[in-house]
Parts: sequence; structure tokens; C-alpha cells
Amino acid sequence: MSQQGQNLFSKVWDAHKVRELPGGQTQLLVGTHLIHEVTSPQAFAMLRELGLPVRFPNRTFATVDHIIPTEDQNRPLSDPLAESMLSELERNCAESGVRFFGPEGGQQGVIHVIGPELGLTLPGSTIACGDSHTSTHGAFGAIAFGIGTSQVRDILASQCLALARLKVRRIEVTGQLPPGVYAKDVILAIIRKLGVNGGVGYAYEYGGEAIEAMDMEARMTLCNMSIEGGARCGYVNPDEKTVEYLRGRPFAPQGEAFERAAADWRAVASDPDAQYDDVVTLDAAQIEPSVTWGIHPGHNIGVLESVPTPGEANDDERAGIEEAIAYMDLTPGQPIQGTPVDVAFIGSCTNGRISDLREAARIAETGHVKEGVRALVVPGSQEVAREAEAEGLHLVFEKAGFQWRQAGCSMCLAMNPDKLIGRELCASSSNRNFKGRQGSPSGRTLLMSPAMVAAAALAGQVVDVRTIKNEGKH
Amino acid sequence: MDEITETTGRGCVMRGDDIDTDRIIPARFMKVITFDDMGLHCFEDDRKSAKGNHPLDDEKYTGAEILVVGKNFGCGSSREHAPQSLMRFGFQGFIGESFAEIFAGNCTSLGLVCVTLPSEDIEKLRESIELDPEQEIRIDVAESTVQSRAGTMQGDIPPGTKEQLIHGRWNSTSVLLEAGGAIEETAAQIPYVNGY
Ligand code: SF4
Repeated sequence: MSQQGQNLFSKVWDAHKVRELPGGQTQLLVGTHLIHEVTSPQAFAMLRELGLPVRFPNRTFATVDHIIPTEDQNRPLSDPLAESMLSELERNCAESGVRFFGPEGGQQGVIHVIGPELGLTLPGSTIACGDSHTSTHGAFGAIAFGIGTSQVRDILASQCLALARLKVRRIEVTGQLPPGVYAKDVILAIIRKLGVNGGVGYAYEYGGEAIEAMDMEARMTLCNMSIEGGARCGYVNPDEKTVEYLRGRPFAPQGEAFERAAADWRAVASDPDAQYDDVVTLDAAQIEPSVTWGIHPGHNIGVLESVPTPGEANDDERAGIEEAIAYMDLTPGQPIQGTPVDVAFIGSCTNGRISDLREAARIAETGHVKEGVRALVVPGSQEVAREAEAEGLHLVFEKAGFQWRQAGCSMCLAMNPDKLIGRELCASSSNRNFKGRQGSPSGRTLLMSPAMVAAAALAGQVVDVRTIKNEGKH
Repeated sequence: MDEITETTGRGCVMRGDDIDTDRIIPARFMKVITFDDMGLHCFEDDRKSAKGNHPLDDEKYTGAEILVVGKNFGCGSSREHAPQSLMRFGFQGFIGESFAEIFAGNCTSLGLVCVTLPSEDIEKLRESIELDPEQEIRIDVAESTVQSRAGTMQGDIPPGTKEQLIHGRWNSTSVLLEAGGAIEETAAQIPYVNGY
């Protein structure tokens, strides 16, 4: 077969293929397996029941993120359930020889933040984790999947997954992003355009001028939410930014090996004449700071737009819109700008990296959190926390009235003490605005970029971050 | 391993699209190291806020084994806790307009059947079950059909999934281990796995 016209997905897939399975699935080698405390204990238990060892213990890496408190991480954790999950993970890792990045070691954080940071996430690799936002690692040109616990067991036992090959959709974002518009807005715009299940059966390849211009952290934000658009994974072709990001990272190859690796990484990018199953184009100039108004990430609009009116929607969407508006307690046709917020959350594997905190801090230093608003800044990892503190960002946040916390998933979901209460409405830099996602069964979430969250915290309501920037010092 | 050629049982109709895994099993119930209690909290928040008007609390559906859903059921997180919860609540099969991919994959690895039907058929099936909840619904896996009082409807099960179910190969671990040394051979070819 000719090597012409291959996209990255095909190259990586073919290189990791162990065999075809009856029924057309592929047995795919997973080069790097990431685990955390929520979806792995049952898999280790199943393995023990089957009497099977972990086949490649040096290819699995673990951390604790979902249940870890962000105020006091001293052991034992004050919540006995959380403590039991953490100790179970420690035990499983110790018994099987899997490397564990715990809070005491200084390298702990949200799994999708530490993978890239440690240089575990490499171009051309296959990565899996029992967590849907594994798609984040695609920013490096890895094929990275979220999986269920039975598949975690499969990888522990065999280092493989049984998967059907995906189709590849190239999403081309042309032109340049306007000021105040971030990767978060791009992915929200893509999901709005293609729908929350538009990506089913596809891997998304993001490309075009606006994507090439993004730094690695922005690409991570973009790929992170591929899953919210229904795509199993999303990726950006590796380039010199990718190579430079990885240089010197603890688990990346070093010295001469690094140069050899970098040559492989450049070569794994999609060929210029690569074929795709589908191509979609967006104009970066048309993208605005985006805000969700409903109960899934596809329910989003530009900050200057208004909440939709069910009557104007097509039959297919009407019931969903009605349900969302009722849950969110918004009025059809009301401008989203001006919606009062009770809580502001900056963090998560989507937007808890240093560049996100820098952008939020630039806004934070222009004012003070509105009275009555609870505002949290949670670094995505201990490394991010150290960097931010070295730059003094924590002081900027604290001075502006934000709480500065320790690394973890925090208020992205309800598995640690950081939660919404009652009907609280939260401006959030996370990735899911599902009903009850942030810990209160009736809590409400508006997703937006970290800069927009910071702006909402200061104003006590949804505002257009571009108006602040223009008035600000920068 | 069991060959799964059909699923039969009474149906339960759950209307609505994009029902995500956070609703199926709210995250706070996942703070445990086994799946044992997942069935107890299935749709807990939805059910509480529906105050008895939730299909899972509807007496006419008590004991149902087949859940009829809308579009994009099981979207959101990859948590296997969601199908575990539905399974432990009593469901063995799902009929919907579409399923989120990870959810459907997780179902297969538990031996649960997901079949999709066109939206007109889903509506007919819903109406039929609502009128006569006692009737038996049958999913024929090999044929990808759904049989009910509303007739036999042609659905869809992806070929790979069908293969796994009808040949009892849905426990992927044992299937993957059959590759034996080919796994190490492939790994040996991949530079980053071997430290470059
Ligand atoms: S930050 Fe949120 S989305 Fe990311 S891994 Fe943690 S809980 Fe999941």
C-alpha cells in the first residue's frame, strides 16, 4: 500500500495494531495507560479475581485527582470514603509495580494535566484512561481514548483494547482568533455547530491557521472537549511547538534519544495530501466568547446573544431546549449577558493550566470579586500551583477575593468537598454543564473561558470579557 | 462465556434525549471501590426531583428489563458505573435512537445489549409499551430486530458488537489475551514503549 495520503490517525492506528479481531474490531496496543482512583479499583479487583498479573506495569501511571480535597490534603483525608479510595489506589499500585504520583511527591494533579507536564504524553502514541477527557492528550498528536472500567481491566491484563476503527473528520479553523477569544470558545463553537453527538464514530483532527497558532495548552483545552462533541478522540498534528514543549520533561526521552524521537514525531503528522472521511471549516474571526445557557455543552451561544426561544427551534430540539431553560431558570430570549452568578470556578483538566491562570489573573487584577460571590481558583496540578506561586498569581487572586486552592478536580464534579449548594449558578471553566454535575442536584453551570469566569466573578454576572480587557492595563 | 443471542423482558419507557451518565449515576455515589451498590442510586437525583413521576418509580414498569430511550443516551463521562447501575437495577437491554459510544462499549463488556431504531419506530414502541406495559419485548441480537405488539422492527447493532455478543466474546479480556506473544512483538516495535 502506498504511504501517500495518510492522516495521523491511520499511522498511529496501524503502528499499534496487534491483530484484527473477528467482527472487524482491531486489537490495539495501548502504549500509555493512565489511571486514577475512581475507575481503577474495580478493574484491579477483577484482575485479582481472574488471577491475572498486570502485564506491562511500567506502561501504567497513576494519580489521585477526583476525590482529593483542595483545602487540606494531609493524610488521612478527612472524608473516610475518599481516604479508602486513595489507599486502595496506593495498594494496587504498590502491589503491581505501577508508578503512582501522590500528593506527597509533588507531581500530583488532574491526570490530564500531569500526563503532558511529565512528558508521558507523546506524539504518535496511543493513550487510554478510564476517564472521558483523555482526549486532552490528543493535543500532542496522540490517539487518546476515554474507556470504561472493563477496558481498564483489559489494558492492565493485556495492554490492549478491542476497538472499532474510527473515521476521521478534519476540522479546519481558518484565520485568526479575535482578542478575548480562546480555545475554549473555539471548541464550544465547534460543538454548537456539529452537535453533542455529531462526532460519534469519528476522531477529530483539528487544523488550520487558528489551531496552528495555538500554544500547547490551548490545544489541550480544545482536544479536551472533543468528547463533549461526541468524538471519541481529537488531535492536533505535532509541530515544532509540540517538540519544544516536550524537551526536558521528566519522562520524555533525553539527549540524543530526544532528537530521534522528535524526528518520529514530525513524521507522524498527517501528510499534506492525507485523506479524510469528512472536512468541516470554521472561520476563527466569527467566533465570540461563548457561554452555555443549558444543560449540555452544545447549548452555548456567543456572550452577546440571547437564550433561545423554544418556539423558534425545530421540532427535534424544542423539548430539549424547554427542559434546559426550565432547569436553568432562564427566560427564553433573555440576553445571557447580565445573568447573575453565585459561584465562579477556575480550574479542571480543561482550563486549570498555567496559561489559563495567567489569563484569569490579568482580569482578576482589574477589580474585586463581587460581594456574595464565592470564587475559587484551583490549579490543575502541583506543578501548575508551584509555577503560579512563583509568578505571584496566587497573590493576585487572593487580593481580588478569590480563594487559592490545592491541585485537584475540585468543583468540576461532585466527588470532593467543593460543591455547589442548592440552586447556585456557577460560572465555570470546566467542561460539563450537565444537571447536577457540580455537586448539587439542582445546581446550575455556565461554561466559559477562564478569563470570562474571572470577569463574571468581578461583575457578579455574565459579562463580555472584551469590555474589561479594553479598559484594563493590558 | 455466555452467548447472548436475545434479550427479553418487559419494557420501560424513558423519554428525553441526551440523558448523561451524571444523571444515570450522580458522581457522589462513585466514592466506593466496588460496583456493588450502584443499583441503589440509579437516576437518584432525577427520581427525587420527579417526586415519584420518574419511569423508574412507575409501578407499571416494575421489574422491566428493557429500557427504551431517546437520542444520545449515556453521553458524558466514561464511567462504567452508569451501565453497572442500570444493570444492577435490573436492565439487560437498551433500545434507543442512538447511544453515546463509550456507554455502548461499556454495555457490551458487561453483556448488555444496545440496539438502535429509527425515531418513528422508537415512538411507536414507546406508545405500545405505554398502552400495554405487560407485554414482552424481545431483542434478537443476530437479526438486530425488536419484537413487540407494535410488530417486528428492524434495528441496528454494530457488526463487531453483534459478533462479540452472539459468540460469547463480550468479555474482551479473554479475547485480547488470546493474542499471546503477538502483544509483546507489537510492543517491541514501538520506540516510546521501549524508552527510545
Ligand atoms: S477535572 Fe473534571 S473533567 Fe477533568 S478529570 Fe477531573 S473531573 Fe474529569
